[in-house]
Amino acid sequence: MTALNVPGTPRLPAAVDPRPGDPEVTDEVVADHGLSPDEYTKVKAIMGRTPTWTELGVFSAMWSEHCGYKNSKRLLKTLPTQAPWVIKGPGENAGVIDVGDGYALAFKIESHNHPSAVEPYQGAATGVGGILRDIFTMGARPIAVLDSLRFGDLRSPRVRYLFGGVVKGVGDYGNCVGIPNIGGEVMFDAAYEGNPLVNAMCLGLMKHEDLITGVAEGVGNPLMAVGARTGRDGIHGATFASEELSEDADESSRPMVQVGDPFTEKLLLEASLELIASGHITGIQDMGAAGLTSSATEMAGRAGNGVEIDTALVPVREVGMTPYEILLSESQERMLVTAKAGHEDDVRAILEKWELEAEVVGRVTDDGMFRVKENGVTVAEIPNVPLTEACPTYEREGIEALEVAELRDRELPVRDTLPDPSLALLDLIRSPNIASKRWIFGQYDTTVRTATVRRPGGDAGAVRIRGTKRAVAATTDCNGRYVYLDPRNGARAAVAEAARNLVCVGALPTAITNNLNFGNPLKPHIYYQLREAVRGIGEACRAFETPVTGGNVSLFNETDGKAIHPTPVIGMVGVIDDVAHLTGHAFREAGDAILQLGDNTDEMGGSEYLYRFHGGLVAGHPPSVDLLAERSLQQAVLAMIHTGLVHSAHDCAEGGLAVALAESALGEGDDPLGVDVELPDALPAPALFFGEAQGRVVVSCAEADVDRLLEVAADHGVPARRIGSVAPASAGVRIRGAGTEIFCRTASLADGYFNALSSIMDAAPAAATARDHTA
Amino acid sequence: MKAAVVTFPGSNCDYDLYKAVQDVGAEARFLWHRDRGLDDADVVLLSGGFSYGDYLRAGAIARFSPIMDDVVAFAKAGGPVVGICNGFQILCEAGLLPGALIRNASLKFQSESVWMRVERTDTLFTRDYAAGQRLRIPMAHAEGNFRADPETLKRIEGENCVLFRYVDRHGGASPEGNPNGSMNHIAGIVNEAGNVMGMMPHPERAMEAVLGSTDGRGLFTSLMGALAAGSAA
Repeated sequence: MTALNVPGTPRLPAAVDPRPGDPEVTDEVVADHGLSPDEYTKVKAIMGRTPTWTELGVFSAMWSEHCGYKNSKRLLKTLPTQAPWVIKGPGENAGVIDVGDGYALAFKIESHNHPSAVEPYQGAATGVGGILRDIFTMGARPIAVLDSLRFGDLRSPRVRYLFGGVVKGVGDYGNCVGIPNIGGEVMFDAAYEGNPLVNAMCLGLMKHEDLITGVAEGVGNPLMAVGARTGRDGIHGATFASEELSEDADESSRPMVQVGDPFTEKLLLEASLELIASGHITGIQDMGAAGLTSSATEMAGRAGNGVEIDTALVPVREVGMTPYEILLSESQERMLVTAKAGHEDDVRAILEKWELEAEVVGRVTDDGMFRVKENGVTVAEIPNVPLTEACPTYEREGIEALEVAELRDRELPVRDTLPDPSLALLDLIRSPNIASKRWIFGQYDTTVRTATVRRPGGDAGAVRIRGTKRAVAATTDCNGRYVYLDPRNGARAAVAEAARNLVCVGALPTAITNNLNFGNPLKPHIYYQLREAVRGIGEACRAFETPVTGGNVSLFNETDGKAIHPTPVIGMVGVIDDVAHLTGHAFREAGDAILQLGDNTDEMGGSEYLYRFHGGLVAGHPPSVDLLAERSLQQAVLAMIHTGLVHSAHDCAEGGLAVALAESALGEGDDPLGVDVELPDALPAPALFFGEAQGRVVVSCAEADVDRLLEVAADHGVPARRIGSVAPASAGVRIRGAGTEIFCRTASLADGYFNALSSIMDAAPAAATARDHTA
Repeated sequence: MKAAVVTFPGSNCDYDLYKAVQDVGAEARFLWHRDRGLDDADVVLLSGGFSYGDYLRAGAIARFSPIMDDVVAFAKAGGPVVGICNGFQILCEAGLLPGALIRNASLKFQSESVWMRVERTDTLFTRDYAAGQRLRIPMAHAEGNFRADPETLKRIEGENCVLFRYVDRHGGASPEGNPNGSMNHIAGIVNEAGNVMGMMPHPERAMEAVLGSTDGRGLFTSLMGALAAGSAA
């Protein structure tokens, strides 16, 4: 065997005797660890020998898609990551941006899809736990959580079981730790039947000077395991998350799912922030995916050092754990800390105050090796840099699936006569994709920390920064149907919608984190989706000056060979300079004028209307996105809001203009209003009322201020016009156009909108069992 | 007024309560659950959260924290004690308030803004409110369903111990206005001596218009005023 010339490889590792009792490394064992023959050849070249069982496990985890990004790294490198306000871009536990007045915001989104598919409650709960740790290990206090969810059709008991479990898991964890949930989104589509998506985003606030990163600095400094003990749960979770699910994967895969304890997380959060402030440590990182292995190697990698760990020193929950298990366990609520030499007892004292443990498990070395011992006997020795940096990356073949091209070009079966537009609105408003998500966020604490100034249910959530006039706003968005039909355009639409949502609450879009949820990238049509979606995100982020500061990739979201809709969820954050400019989506009073910004079109492709009234059809060209027009629209909406004259602003999204108007009329449900609107456009009724053309916002203001606001729009080159007035609730929702008319009673719309999800979830036997998945 | 906010492992509204006390111009400090002595506090506040993860039963473990001996002694000597949400649960577990808080009738964690009506204005905690005033206050809990045996409930009502009752938006005590199934729509009570109170909704989250409501301020200004007037003893 000859050594490959891998950059950064200091030297070949020493020979390591096989550990008695460990399995022999055979080709079959290698394949079971998810390494291809080529990758295994590379492993042997780096090692200069056959790896031990423990070493193989380490390579398998670090070179999984989840840790190594091997199928996505080359694409991700094309994304814009720079701006003057970016403090930390991709590569850290979370991105960090400046938000003014000496404050910095850490934020990131992460998926927990595979675990949630087999154990929804724990899968979702630990997803929240993991993203919280990514934030507070930067030195930031978590201030808000958002959740972006996708499920199959709610008529299936299995889907209701997954949905109910995920919502309870997200809620119980965040509620207990005491972080308000301020928003997110959910979509239901048959494409997610076997593979629900659970993406959690967290925002954290800190003073600039409190920033700390995950580096193992200072040769000789001790590495300390902090927090919960290590058990056998979640072993190989990272590898599991990088494979397709099979029909029988559910219950049998449960040992790979981690179990969360939010109470310990709360203690760990307080202890970690106290540790960081104490000056006794130089680096801290969550033991997340691939546990101790990834945290130790990544921390060493960032500092250009090596590390040595003795697994016998790691506090464990059960006896007899092997080094392999200890290295790859994904037990939750654990941190790895580099302490300053001589400060070990100070670290222990802080952890003890919070009733947690801290133990020295190893030290930082200067030889560039990731060395693992068990009671002083070396069981693994791997050059650290190749482990973290030389993970093979691939550019795969990407070709669009013929069937998708065919679907996109299909003539759509939209007829203007059927269904009656009033009935269509009543039906759409109760579609789980459009109806109020109160059933979900009613289970989430949204007001703890007394900073929430925009709760879930509007276009975006927001939390104020105490002691300043500022607030930060956040949203998550992605319509997977659009991305499925046209990945590049659909991804642009996701970024554009996120930005529209932010400006509607009065926030300037600032940066994004993204969660790329896709199928198996080894299939050319999936890689095509991934490549084109990343391209679209990059284009939109450049146009809007919202750089990407990090994110997460979740591939292999397939069950029995069937992929989800490609779903690149965009988590966008924005800054509100003055909370006086906070704006909501609800109309304020009858008699106010209603303005529409942006143009109506006859685009119906990928719409909820098609899906709802044409048997789940996902076809046609999704609405096009004009990035320059979107940018002008964003600036116009903000300028209008800054005049102080805007009473409400609401993005036009799924369900189109009629749904947007109805949502603004219904508001939060306390004081619903009516609408009296006339649309002069020469368009077929379905497109006019329910088409999902991009770049549209509905604004309301006092009658006297109409001209002033239309002028602001004109100054930005944005088409705007008055389309009608807010009416009292008793007048109902009336929208005339296309030679016909929508008329619905406000009370009927309110009933459909606010009760749709609870009538499905609370009426049906919600607790369908885990085994019910064939129904 | 010197107010002490007790932090148990798992408390998560302690900071909110601390800031609310400061917002009305009083002096606030934190006490750790292992501390002994109340540091000359004029009033002790137990915050919301999940002390000890709500494991076993909400508030059931926190009542054994070292500082609770001092809190109980302080209360028995007539010192004013406030428990909000988890703090209310702890006070019930500690026997300082009657009744118990069990899982919401929905069996879910519920987070929403509720209406409640001020039932008494002659207490330390409510003197700045108007009789029958409707308050809009956020609540967020899974175990806020107030229960008491018939005799206890009769005594609570007979001794006029109900401070706040859940109502609908028109001010009527009705099933529609009752979010969690509490008996007699009880949202908050005071002990017979009038110095210990507990409530499930969060007045500390309704201190500023930008947060959606200022209806919670009255509780903190009442306490301030009462203690300044020396009526605390």
